[in-house]
Amino acid sequence: MPDPRLPAATPLRPRRTAIVVGASSGIGAALTRKLAAEGYTVAAVARRADLLETLCAEINAAHGEARALPFPHDVTDYDSVPATLQKILRTFGHLDLFVYNAGIQHHVRLDEFDFEKDRAMLETNLLGAVAWLNPVGAMFHALKAGHIVGISSVAGDRGRIGAPAYNASKAALTTYLESLRNRLTRRGVTVTTIKPGFVDTDILRAAPKKNFFWLITSEQAAEGIWKAIRARKQTAYVPPQWGLLMLIIRHIPSFIFRRLSF
Amino acid sequence: MSLSSLPYQRLTYLENFGHSLRAASYLYKPTTPEQIAEIFQFAKKNGLSVTLRGAGRSYNDAALNGGGIVMDIQDMNRILEWNPSTGVIKAEPGVTLQKLWQHVLPDGWWPPVVSGTMYTTLGGCLGMNIHGKNNYKMGTIGEHVIELTALLPTGAEVTCSPSHNADLFYALISGMGMLGVFTSITMQMKKVYSGLLEVHAFPAHNLHEHLNAIAETAPTHDYTVGWLDSTATGSGLGRGQLHTAKYLHEGEDPNPKQTLQVSYQTLPSNLFWVFPKSIIHYFMAPFMNNPGVWLINTAKYIASLRESRYRQAHAAFHFLLDYVPNWEKAYGRGGLIQYQSFLPKETAEDAWRELLTLSHKRGLPSYLGVTKRHRPDKFLLSHAVDGFSLALDFKVTASNRARLRDMLQEFDRIVLEAGGRFYFAKNSETTPETALRFLGKETVERFKALKRRTDPHNLLESDLFRRVFGSL
Ligand SMILES: Cc1cc2nc3c(=O)[nH]c(=O)nc-3n(C[C@H](O)[C@H](O)[C@H](O)COP(=O)(O)OP(=O)(O)OC[C@H]3O[C@@H](n4cnc5c(N)ncnc54)[C@H](O)[C@@H]3O)c2cc1C
Ligand SMILES: NC(=O)c1ccc[n+]([C@@H]2O[C@H](COP(=O)([O-])OP(=O)(O)OC[C@H]3O[C@@H](n4cnc5c(N)ncnc54)[C@H](OP(=O)(O)O)[C@@H]3O)[C@@H](O)[C@H]2O)c1
Repeated sequence: MPDPRLPAATPLRPRRTAIVVGASSGIGAALTRKLAAEGYTVAAVARRADLLETLCAEINAAHGEARALPFPHDVTDYDSVPATLQKILRTFGHLDLFVYNAGIQHHVRLDEFDFEKDRAMLETNLLGAVAWLNPVGAMFHALKAGHIVGISSVAGDRGRIGAPAYNASKAALTTYLESLRNRLTRRGVTVTTIKPGFVDTDILRAAPKKNFFWLITSEQAAEGIWKAIRARKQTAYVPPQWGLLMLIIRHIPSFIFRRLSF
Repeated sequence: MSLSSLPYQRLTYLENFGHSLRAASYLYKPTTPEQIAEIFQFAKKNGLSVTLRGAGRSYNDAALNGGGIVMDIQDMNRILEWNPSTGVIKAEPGVTLQKLWQHVLPDGWWPPVVSGTMYTTLGGCLGMNIHGKNNYKMGTIGEHVIELTALLPTGAEVTCSPSHNADLFYALISGMGMLGVFTSITMQMKKVYSGLLEVHAFPAHNLHEHLNAIAETAPTHDYTVGWLDSTATGSGLGRGQLHTAKYLHEGEDPNPKQTLQVSYQTLPSNLFWVFPKSIIHYFMAPFMNNPGVWLINTAKYIASLRESRYRQAHAAFHFLLDYVPNWEKAYGRGGLIQYQSFLPKETAEDAWRELLTLSHKRGLPSYLGVTKRHRPDKFLLSHAVDGFSLALDFKVTASNRARLRDMLQEFDRIVLEAGGRFYFAKNSETTPETALRFLGKETVERFKALKRRTDPHNLLESDLFRRVFGSL
């Protein structure tokens, strides 16, 4: 049966569709709003169903029609990914854009070595992504079309003193996306890696130290991500000045990097 | 439910005929009823819906199923039995009208009802219960079916005819592939004594003359069809050209053996002997805008002012559009849609005057208009009336979609108020409310009751079905 919330797609009312995984707060919520404003119909995926409901209701009220639908889901429930994806495909009829934005960061003290914290980060930031990117990749591969966006981080560009697992999860995600890009470009699929700098969201608010610079809002981040999507970029730093800074940071020799406190 | 076994590698984008809509589906091409039954089982197990697809020549979402399975039956295309002395043929549903006429014509027969393209399949033609340029005389294609077999999603195989399982017979045909899968079709062909038709082409100077000419020529001609210059305004509104045709009687063709040959009928593969037909649509594209189409229509109309009579091969008369393969691609990125309305003869002229005037006022002229004469039929989801139909093609662009949608909603209102009907093979924007209004509550209820009987798990669903019947 059709989803009563969505108007039927017709030649005179075609649908561009997107999935945002990790849509309930921060960057993901802002991106969901932005995509809806750009005319997409968005499947908003995350665990906190109440937040998703509120977000979608707000978006749909603003546009006077259904443009965002909540799909509560935990990315670490890997087995339920294909069914969730299939449910969304059935509701939308096709898929143009897939954004993996779910991510957590547990802060670890410099003398703290905690497997559970590390595992949680790797599971959400990396394995959850892999659980989604396999079926989505298979779909886009078969369809010979589609756009995959992964929200990685500048944090993946270097292994820093304070965040081994978070850095590793983002570095791995970046590399995973690169492989996927090399696989899928020849099938007409675009893969975009986004590396945000500091964005004013719950993740940063929970951080013990507050020495942020070039801090942007979630809305600004969403704007930057949208620009990269529209330009079908391969990799984009958000805001762009991080590109230059990370170029330098990536070239700091290890004997110096080991002595730095960030 | 674990769906990791979903056959992602089968996912394919399929489009409507007008290239104005697409949907991603798991595509299967069964060749036997057993395979069809297996696919139904698989669909049921995995919570997927199934849509049948013939040649995909419907202008709308009739053969699309976003996120579900599409069963393309074109590989089930054998002619099972042919009796050249009685003209009775039994064929699988994937047989195209092209294959059909080419099989029967050399023996002096022609399909009693054909669409404006020969690339359609028998299954698709029965799913929609197509009409031809002789609808007023020969009815729809379903009226020539002697018997058919269908596989229901329940796994049951049924045989139907006008006298046996009649309720299913009259609903499966016209049922948009939502009740079961045709697996074989037995049909009566029409005897012809020549591969040629006697054609008369003449102009009509306005809508009144146009409809009058169709009505007056119909009773005495085997076919009648009008081309309507949909760019003409003012006193020329509704002007156009009529083509009527008669079969030749026995003895009228000096050389029927020759004209009944397929090679005699075949459309040339080069236009003006030089351009391969496959590239002609590129040359058309620059004209597919309001001034370009005005120019072409006006030129065509002026040319049509010279009345003419000639003999023409059946295939050339019926399948004119097939002369230019992929002509629909000339419409560009946004593709095209067709809006066809069926109106009682008493109200047609006024309603269409309103439609055409509105389209000019809105700056959204149709690029092609075709008129026909119809008669009602007994099939459940019938589109026909005792009156006329007008099919209008519109180019779709990113900038005209919203305005076109508004206008078509007004069209629907005008047509409904004039007692009109619509066709599920064509219109892409018909709403549930509109469908309920022209079909009537009782028909919708009967259709739903039959569907519960043949398809209790709702396995058969298309985007069209969900759009129109999903909420009814
Ligand atoms: C250029 C052109 C001219 C046309 N002219 C006419 C015309 O003159 N008169 C007219 O009436 N129509 C006309 N049409 C419309 C066309 O004839 C119908 O849309 C027809 O249904 C298309 O047949 P198809 O094989 O492409 O079927 P599809 O479009 O693939 O499918 C049509 C319907 O049939 C169902 N179906 C397909 N196979 C089966 C099966 N085996 N069992 C059960 N259901 C099945 C499908 O689910 C779908 O609902 C025209 C279309 C074009 C493109
Ligand atoms: N903020 C920054 O400075 C910054 C910088 C670079 C990169 N990033 C990255 O940007 C992304 C978004 O983070 P944010 O800053 O916007 O923080 P946020 O507000 O905490 O957003 C994180 C999102 O991920 C979702 N999520 C977390 N775990 C999940 C799970 N198990 N299943 C499903 N969804 C889950 C959350 O939804 P639920 O909790 O409802 O499940 C939430 O929607 C993250 O990948 C983060 O690493 C952030």
